[in-house]
Amino acid sequence: MTGQGVAVVRAGFMPLTDAAVLIAAADKGFAEQEGIALELVREVSWANVRDRLLLGDFHAAHLLAPIAIAANLGLGYPPVPITVPAALGLNGSSIIVSNELFLALAQRVDGNLADPAVSGTALAAIVADRKRHGADPLTFAMVFPFSTHNYLLRFWMAAAGIDPDEDVRLVVVPPSYMVESLSRGHVAGFCVGAPWPSVGVAAGLGHILHFGSEIVATSPDKVLAVRTDWFEANADAGERLLRAIVRAAFWCAAPANRAELAAILAQPDRLGISAEIIRYALDGRLVVNSNGETRSDSHYLWLDLSPAIRPHPEHAAWLYAQMVRWRQAPLSAAAALAAGGAYRPDLFDAAFASLGGGSAPGDGLGAFAGPAFDPADVAGHLTAWPIGSRG
Amino acid sequence: MVLRVLVVDRNAERAEIVRRALVEAGDDHIVEVAAGSGDLPALLRAAQPDIVIVDLDLPDRDTIEQLRVATREMPRPIVMFVDETDNATMRAAIAAGVSAYVVDGLTAKRIKPILDVAVARFQAFELLRQELETARLGLAERKTIERAKGILMRVRGIGEDEAYAALRSKAMNDQKKLVDIAQSVVTAAELLK
Repeated sequence: MTGQGVAVVRAGFMPLTDAAVLIAAADKGFAEQEGIALELVREVSWANVRDRLLLGDFHAAHLLAPIAIAANLGLGYPPVPITVPAALGLNGSSIIVSNELFLALAQRVDGNLADPAVSGTALAAIVADRKRHGADPLTFAMVFPFSTHNYLLRFWMAAAGIDPDEDVRLVVVPPSYMVESLSRGHVAGFCVGAPWPSVGVAAGLGHILHFGSEIVATSPDKVLAVRTDWFEANADAGERLLRAIVRAAFWCAAPANRAELAAILAQPDRLGISAEIIRYALDGRLVVNSNGETRSDSHYLWLDLSPAIRPHPEHAAWLYAQMVRWRQAPLSAAAALAAGGAYRPDLFDAAFASLGGGSAPGDGLGAFAGPAFDPADVAGHLTAWPIGSRG
Repeated sequence: MVLRVLVVDRNAERAEIVRRALVEAGDDHIVEVAAGSGDLPALLRAAQPDIVIVDLDLPDRDTIEQLRVATREMPRPIVMFVDETDNATMRAAIAAGVSAYVVDGLTAKRIKPILDVAVARFQAFELLRQELETARLGLAERKTIERAKGILMRVRGIGEDEAYAALRSKAMNDQKKLVDIAQSVVTAAELLK
């Protein structure tokens, strides 16, 4: 790589387990081997990551997929073209509820609380009780308005007949304030990405009620977001960055590398959280309450190249459908096209093929309720739901 | 019209400097200061500010993003201050470590002077911090880093910023101190003479 020089790529990230692939690309030398000086900058808020990416301070970022879509659509901001040449994983979040709400759910439950349809019905009964008694609505927290966490919470509640905008309060609370907000009783539940649910359980503050993957089996979450103008002006560096990401993902997905990956992520300038807690999400085996009970899903945080790293346009379309359902975006063919067009599986496939891989197959989403999602028919998808906008 | 400004900053000393500067900048400014608490919505409901100046080091920014739509909570939605004709204002603010939100409907003409004052104070504060930092960082260390930068610029034909970025990136990747990476560049260059 000495011939053409090293391309400097500055990328922002949030200290979350699903920054693993980007962090491994830098810290395990994959970027360097591809001639990329990958400089990672840890941020404290998604708003900071977004602004620094949109204003050109970052070339790339570990980003909530819905923020990348919102940037292309110009929601709340003048539109800035952002390309998603790779996802950084699927799933990875949990709904953690306070000990108090868990007890109440356990008292009202009819069936297995691990089933989101059953837990939703129990929650609906509690919500109705509170309304009857004139009590304050329950408050649930997530990390950002444009986030998978927001959509998973809403999807789960609405499937049980709870209107998330009328029957409960949904607020944004940064993960670093999660422990405080749960312990003070400010929030009854929190949908948040690893390692935070495990941090909450370890602190004795709540129960992991659901894995995100129980709500939607393959829920799109974080992506590698790259400024489109940078990518187009630096096609060669962009491809090398993408190759580094693919190689890092391949390394991260191998179970034999998990111990080393957890140790890398635990570093103070990365997540700064104990490797033991980080390991739970990587292993897909989480301690769900202070009695030490565990629950497993080998796809808790899914890092396999396919379907988790390839940027499937149907994932972007599903996220766009959620934005329309919850009145964040207008329903239009042009917007649907712009949302899906940000995802570039062609770029991913080219990088994958250049590394000797074949073609990676597409896949669906696997939501626990409702009809299968057809990315070509967002409007039809929205008519399936009594709660939420139809565009 | 009176303008209500809320400065959300974890650094109390800096917040006070910004508050005083804003009060001096206009006698129609009412300026309040908050430390960032995780319960910003309640604070905003109580203060009803027209402009919110936020320290970028606070995670509370994400909470404000939620208030950017009209709800029962926030009948006058808060929008991000983006001067569409001039992204430089936003860029300067971000570089200074500060961001601004305004209540929908305020004109850029009213907001920009306030943001400029805040940005200038944040910059001055950062400069002071950097000066103290530089004084702490030994003179010898700085010399080593300067020499390493010079070597990289000469050998690879790159600019000063790029050379510094390359050193910093290497230091981060290898989890070493910047000065240690710089020293190894200087040592290698001496051996190769």
